[in-house]
Amino acid sequence: MTSALSAHLALHASPTLASAAEAVRLGVPVEWIPFAPLLAAVLCGILALRPGDARARYAGAICVAGLGLAFLTSVAVAVSIGHGTAQETIFEWIRFDRLRADFAFFLDPLTSIMLLVVTGIGTLVAVYASEYMRGDRGYARFFAFVSLFITAMTTLVLADNLILMYLGWEGVGLCSYLLIGFYYEKPAAVAAAKKAFIVNRVGDLGFALGICLAYVQFGSVEFAVIFEQVEALRASGAEISTAIQAIPFLLMLGAFGKSAQLPLYVWLPDAMEGPTPVSALIHAATMVTAGVYLIARTLPLFLLSEYALPTVAWVGCLTAVFSATIGMAQYDIKRIFAYSTVSQLGYMFMGLGVLSSVGATFHLFTHAFFKAALFLGCGAVMHGFAGQLDLRRLSGLGRVPGWQIVTGSMLVACLALAGFPLTSGFFSKDMILAEAFVTPGPGYRAIGWIGLLTAGMTAYYTFRVFFRVFLGPVQYHPGEEHHGHDDAHHFHPHAPGPAINFVLIVLGIGAIFAGWVGVGGAHHGWFGSMIHHSTAAYEAPAGAAHGGFFSNPHQWMMLASSIVGLVGIGVAAYLHLLNRPMAERLRRAILPVAVLAEHKWCVDEGYDLLIRRPLRFIGHVCYALGDTLIINGLVALGGAVPRLIGAAVRPMQNGRLQGYGLGMAGGLATIIIIVWVML
Amino acid sequence: MTDALSVLALNHYLLLSAVLFVIGFIGFLTRRNLIIMFLCTELMFQAAAIAMIAFGAHHGNVQGQVFLIFILTIAAAEAALALALVVMLYRRRPTLDAEKWSELKG
Repeated sequence: MTSALSAHLALHASPTLASAAEAVRLGVPVEWIPFAPLLAAVLCGILALRPGDARARYAGAICVAGLGLAFLTSVAVAVSIGHGTAQETIFEWIRFDRLRADFAFFLDPLTSIMLLVVTGIGTLVAVYASEYMRGDRGYARFFAFVSLFITAMTTLVLADNLILMYLGWEGVGLCSYLLIGFYYEKPAAVAAAKKAFIVNRVGDLGFALGICLAYVQFGSVEFAVIFEQVEALRASGAEISTAIQAIPFLLMLGAFGKSAQLPLYVWLPDAMEGPTPVSALIHAATMVTAGVYLIARTLPLFLLSEYALPTVAWVGCLTAVFSATIGMAQYDIKRIFAYSTVSQLGYMFMGLGVLSSVGATFHLFTHAFFKAALFLGCGAVMHGFAGQLDLRRLSGLGRVPGWQIVTGSMLVACLALAGFPLTSGFFSKDMILAEAFVTPGPGYRAIGWIGLLTAGMTAYYTFRVFFRVFLGPVQYHPGEEHHGHDDAHHFHPHAPGPAINFVLIVLGIGAIFAGWVGVGGAHHGWFGSMIHHSTAAYEAPAGAAHGGFFSNPHQWMMLASSIVGLVGIGVAAYLHLLNRPMAERLRRAILPVAVLAEHKWCVDEGYDLLIRRPLRFIGHVCYALGDTLIINGLVALGGAVPRLIGAAVRPMQNGRLQGYGLGMAGGLATIIIIVWVML
Repeated sequence: MTDALSVLALNHYLLLSAVLFVIGFIGFLTRRNLIIMFLCTELMFQAAAIAMIAFGAHHGNVQGQVFLIFILTIAAAEAALALALVVMLYRRRPTLDAEKWSELKG
């Protein structure tokens, strides 16, 4: 590492587990965290086996109990861990040659934060879904999958080695596939599930190769061992081999697939075909942040290559702005928030890339609250208006009786997403953007400006939804999904019940106040101190940046992003609340661009042309040559030989009993003669 | 073991056995009535039994007779089975001509 850049990135490394971290003895049964949901999954799975079983209605309660237990254990673990680390082996799993991959957990403050997010949001979503999914034929099946997902996700988070993490990684991928395709009678859902699975395979291949390479290079897949060697390598200042430098790039590919970054983001918007609680839990709050977690967990590896973190930062930045442009032009509110998720995940990668691991994980934390609230609010709308999600066909819901809580929590969550001052998203986004101006790196300043611009776009598309759907004149058209008691002429939107309202209130409160855990002190409050005691504790050297107001990005960024956010909200208010026809005129003025953005910049079509069609062509060629000609030919040959032999000997069976008798006697006589002669 | 069958007497028995066998065999090949064919196989059966009992007497042991008892038992069972089959065939189609039963020919 000799270039100017790596001199910048020769970072001051906070204490890692290899050196100073204090080892804690856990007095808490940490294995309950994955195994309680697993038990719930098994029980719900048994209930799901017999369709129409009346006991299936208990599945929701079972799932909530399992996830709640996991959440309480996580709280106890977080308290017990504090700022230390712990290692817990549950059982020996893979021991082969030098390879040691046990079913073992590695806990540090980063782990406990992720556990709290996953199990906490998971429990809330399960409560919500126990009302939302009521009456669905697959009620028990749904909760079995959700519980299994939490098992896999907590395994991923807790893993103390890359292989166990990969197990959890594939587990969440499987659950995501199962839940996107939950309505398996819908062709669109099946296609979306397959798309998600296949696109993720591309990323997962990278992850798998990264694990192999890490094992080959470091002789271990355990984080503790790898990080120790990484520290030694960095301290020695020796030249780092290309093979080792390739590891972060392979891991990155896996992270980009799971967390829906360019160029592998295309599966996430389609994943909205799944039930809305799933979109909130898996495709907004938890699973898609697994990539961010992977990089945060293996951050020491990413410091070994001078190009790794800049790549992460730029990919995140471009994804953020690119998907924000698509989000601005969509009409389906769930899809808008899906693109928003892609965009916010871009921010998180940006944060990791500019070495603000605190900012990235903090944004992960706050985003989980407000994005879950947004999706669950969308779900409530979808539930109440028979599947209607088109923002042109919904208006003024805030004034429909029974929808005040949904409106309130949506407003709060929208403010948080738009980065409105003092909401949770405001603090976390600022931390990332400011760090982009502080950390020296290739074009990091440009990343900061693009991020700021994206913040304005985010505010615009978020409030486009809010002003269209919840404010303005009361007017709505129900969607296609008719419930039993509705008919087309007298549609009554049914307002959400207590469970949905409760969850929305909790998440709304979280969307406002979750930000405060990261404020105060020199190191971003409680949250910052947690991350600083984890393996992701690396930050750019605190240089001259901390000076007066305008020379300290951490201070002026608050003002700048507030202004950008308010401008975005203002534009949305003008175009979508005060002067709605103007928005239509504006759209017509930039029609080609608008249509392109509405068609998602034709990325899917491009992939179809560049990847799918050539692959299909190769498939046809292989089918014609390999299958039809060679394999079918061989099989036909195998059938033809006995058929020919049969045709030759068949006339011997002439049906005359005496003939057979003569043949038998002749045969016997021949044998006797042979024996006679030989003796 | 004093009055064992002499070689000359044994040859007579074996000749009888061979004649019986050939008669049965020729009958089996030339007749087409299922019951007659069946009787002919019984004839061959008994030819073999005579040969066996003659050898037993010649060697002065009882194995030939033991064999004969088993053969007679099995022949009785087999005769019942075969006649039952013939009856079943006759019920299906009123003929006893073996030539007429050739559906399974190739």
